[in-house]
Amino acid sequence: MKARIHITLKNGVLDPQGKAVEHALQTLGFAGVDGVRQGKFIELDLTETDVAKAEVQASEMCEKLLANTVIEDYSVEIV
Amino acid sequence: MKAAVIVFPGSNCDRDIQVSLRKAMGTEPLMVWHGDSSFADVDLIAVPGGFSYGDYLRAGAMAAKSPVMREIADRANKGVPVMGICNGFQILTESGLLPGALMRNAGLKYVCKDVHLRVEANDTPFTQNYSQGSVMRIPVAHHDGNYFADSNVLDELEAENRIAFKYTNVDGTESEDANPNGSQRHIAGILNKKRNVLGMMPHPERLADPDLGGTDGKPMFEGLVAALGS
Repeated sequence: MKARIHITLKNGVLDPQGKAVEHALQTLGFAGVDGVRQGKFIELDLTETDVAKAEVQASEMCEKLLANTVIEDYSVEIV
Repeated sequence: MKAAVIVFPGSNCDRDIQVSLRKAMGTEPLMVWHGDSSFADVDLIAVPGGFSYGDYLRAGAMAAKSPVMREIADRANKGVPVMGICNGFQILTESGLLPGALMRNAGLKYVCKDVHLRVEANDTPFTQNYSQGSVMRIPVAHHDGNYFADSNVLDELEAENRIAFKYTNVDGTESEDANPNGSQRHIAGILNKKRNVLGMMPHPERLADPDLGGTDGKPMFEGLVAALGS
């Protein structure tokens, strides 16, 4: 099964790249974009077949390496 | 004094520190490859700048998990002085030896220029050769030097006098213009609680010889030799 992991900067942590993208969208004439947060998407192929266990494993990987929890939030989706 | 310089794939300031330490100590520092989980006892460990592991995932994230970092964490906890410069600072925050994180520069650009630093804490082996409040000129060269920590951590760093250096103007005054990367409270370098681990974004080893255009970084290495024995 696969683990799909989204990592974004925490709310309250300034995201200058997101701000720059937001500004560029506005410059291109896309109205109505109220905010942009840029992040990472990581997909893992896991040998685990139990969804709950896979979720625990992927979360542990986020805590230990994939995300820096000082500045980032992560979410795990098992598919 | 014996010193070790840690070399990761992608380190590029390891030889600069090697030269600075050699000149200050008069002996050759030990160059330690990142895959080594043990090395000889030393009085100082330097984690150099560069782009370890190509800055994959986050600057310093992969290096922080390398075998040699476990050994360095053990020794740091036992009180061995550890200094991390630039990518070395990023590695020390990623490994948890120092609090906070180094984010993308607020201006989003790689910044490579000389900046001015005010010495905020000269009661450490790294900074004892500088007067408290003195200003030095030191180069920065980084894309991810924007120091971030939550306000509780920043307050704690200030209360415990653990901010080693701040970015300032040449006259020692603080201003947004003097801050090259958007670091909170203009922080350029910090110490751990025991004051034996220093992380800083600017490069003292790049301005420690007249041939490099200045010697403001030299007192750091000479101070370390004075503190840790020649």
